[in-house]
Amino acid sequence: MTTTKSKTVYTPVFTDGAEYRIPTFKLLKQDGTLYKSGKAPDLDKGKALRIYRAMVTTRVLDERMLGAQRQGRLSFYMQCTGEEASVIGSTAALDDADMIMAQYREQGTLAYRGFTIDEFMNQLFGNELDYGKGRQMPVHYGSSKLNYMTISSPLATQIPQATGYAYGQKMAGDGHCTVVYFGEGAASEGDFHAGLNMAAVHRVPAIFICRNNGYAISTPAVEQFAADGIAPRAFGYKMDVIRVDGNDILAVYQATEAARKLAVEENRPVLIEAMTYRLAAHSSSDDPSGYRSKDEEALWREKDPILRMYNWLTKKKWWSESEEKELQERLRREVLETMKRAQKLPPPPLESLITDVYDEVPPLLNAQFEKLKAHIRKYPEEYPKSAAHVQGGV
Amino acid sequence: MPKMNMLQAINDALDISMATNDRVLCFGEDVGIFGGVFRATSNLQQKYGKDRCFNTPLVEQGIIGFANGLAAQGSFPVAEIQFADYIFPAFDQIVNESAKFRYRSGNLFNVGGLTIRAPYGGGIAGGLYHSQSPEAYFAHTPGLKIVVPRNPHQAKGLLLASINDPNPTLFFEPKRLYRASVGEVPEGEYQLPIGVAEVLKEGTDVTVLGWGAQMEVIDKAVEMAEKEGISCEVIDLRTILPWDMETVVESVLKTGRLVITHEAPLTGGFAGEIAATIQERCFLYLESPIARVTGMDTPFPLVLEKEHFPNHLKVYEAIRESVEF
Repeated sequence: MTTTKSKTVYTPVFTDGAEYRIPTFKLLKQDGTLYKSGKAPDLDKGKALRIYRAMVTTRVLDERMLGAQRQGRLSFYMQCTGEEASVIGSTAALDDADMIMAQYREQGTLAYRGFTIDEFMNQLFGNELDYGKGRQMPVHYGSSKLNYMTISSPLATQIPQATGYAYGQKMAGDGHCTVVYFGEGAASEGDFHAGLNMAAVHRVPAIFICRNNGYAISTPAVEQFAADGIAPRAFGYKMDVIRVDGNDILAVYQATEAARKLAVEENRPVLIEAMTYRLAAHSSSDDPSGYRSKDEEALWREKDPILRMYNWLTKKKWWSESEEKELQERLRREVLETMKRAQKLPPPPLESLITDVYDEVPPLLNAQFEKLKAHIRKYPEEYPKSAAHVQGGV
Repeated sequence: MPKMNMLQAINDALDISMATNDRVLCFGEDVGIFGGVFRATSNLQQKYGKDRCFNTPLVEQGIIGFANGLAAQGSFPVAEIQFADYIFPAFDQIVNESAKFRYRSGNLFNVGGLTIRAPYGGGIAGGLYHSQSPEAYFAHTPGLKIVVPRNPHQAKGLLLASINDPNPTLFFEPKRLYRASVGEVPEGEYQLPIGVAEVLKEGTDVTVLGWGAQMEVIDKAVEMAEKEGISCEVIDLRTILPWDMETVVESVLKTGRLVITHEAPLTGGFAGEIAATIQERCFLYLESPIARVTGMDTPFPLVLEKEHFPNHLKVYEAIRESVEF
């Protein structure tokens, strides 16, 4: 059973779909003025500044924490640099109660929703205040109160999960949707196909946002797919799709706002491909000079999404150079002070090693734990952090 | 008490859980109007609607990924994988996601409502891909529960417990018994405990341990052994993970001998885990080496299925050898 009637032909006709080129939606030029035919979305000053502050917070945090990793204070880090408009602009168009399922380069969405510098730091250092109890690598954030699903490393696994989550929202009829972020590399995983196809078949209120930043670690997009990016795949699933300039805060915002309407009001899942560029290295363990040119990076640095929004805001007189300077200084200070504090906090208690595997600790695991404690008591100087805990300290 | 076969008991359990909790959903390949290729979900769509019992596209990683998301949202998905042999495309979603959801988030999120049902096991001329017993792959994964029933009464009680358990649970249904095993099944809701083995018969000479359809094989072997005056204690493990070590230890401390049997291949099979643990806990009490009667270390064959199978004769021989050691 199919909904469209196929035309019959009498000679073998092949098509590679090349005639379907998906346009890129843009509103804002780099100098902060709008394209002639573009109309700015309905974004008031309060919201615009909330977006902007989240973008700057993300940038400052990323710069400082990469530095901290380089100094050996942190085991690992990943920056959002260059993609702040893609992630924050889209999140800003949601309801704060909508669920976000991200990949790992979307810390800006958390900054927008009000995750504090303390909360970021606690996770990065895995201290006793980390919600994740120090179990996961840095940047694997999660927040139930901000409706931000805890990040996991396996790529694309969150995509079909988002479909399922959105199905539950549809059943609950609560008027909320799920937004799932992933890179163009992750879109090559089987879970991308599974998640989008199921979303289209089951008509769930989900928005799939692909950050097409040109690289999956060292693999350029041309080695990732042969087609016109990720967007045309939506045709195969019969899903609404839009491609947007990911460095254009206004276009991202407006596209996501319209997508949310389709998802929530009509249960039509939407694919958004945000065209952007990963300005930073893939992670603190990567050096991009081995696979791409400085010239290419420089070209994209000129398209910096934060600078573009700054230009727009200052033209509108919503923001000034002095306010910018003050914000940057305040954030730098706050990040530094918070880092010092978070670093000094003790690690999670030893019990956190065995709790939450199940809702309750099974007897066999408990026996392993008793054995470990006895061992640590015997060699306390080899396990200084947990020894104090085992002896009844910290 | 009404008599049911295992499929009817499973269908009854699903029916009851859908009736009592409107957040229970059943889905998978051909699960909808058709009621599943084995008819485990018969009439559920007719009764509870297309939104709560439905077909999914043919994609196992999608079914479990979708189920993980639904469970994280607070629903109780009962996802069906058509044959346990086809659960491997979803291995990543189960092992890296379902099993680790609660732990990695510090209990901010969990997929405790998730139950995955899959027909498993051989003996039905299923060849390589309709016969496998993959429990040991998953037994190596902290965070999962793995349950296997041996008869209709258990199937219903353990499935209801699995759906209600606040942890992701794999429920492997011995499909050889789907229609072959018929027994009395109480009406209405009841649950059997997960993580607890069941001593089916007390004995003094040797402990014989298994799960699922293999319990039938054990029964026959034990009958033969008892005719020769060997007193066997029979244990149905019921839950593979987390397994009930204490019940097995207690039994072996008494009998001094242990025979473990499962359909899955020997190497890396769950019998190895049990054997290692029991020799550690019962070393001074063991009168003979722990015996493992299992499938061979080959893919599951078609024509020579009978030869490959750990049948009652092989179990009987192992019991004798253990006692005569």
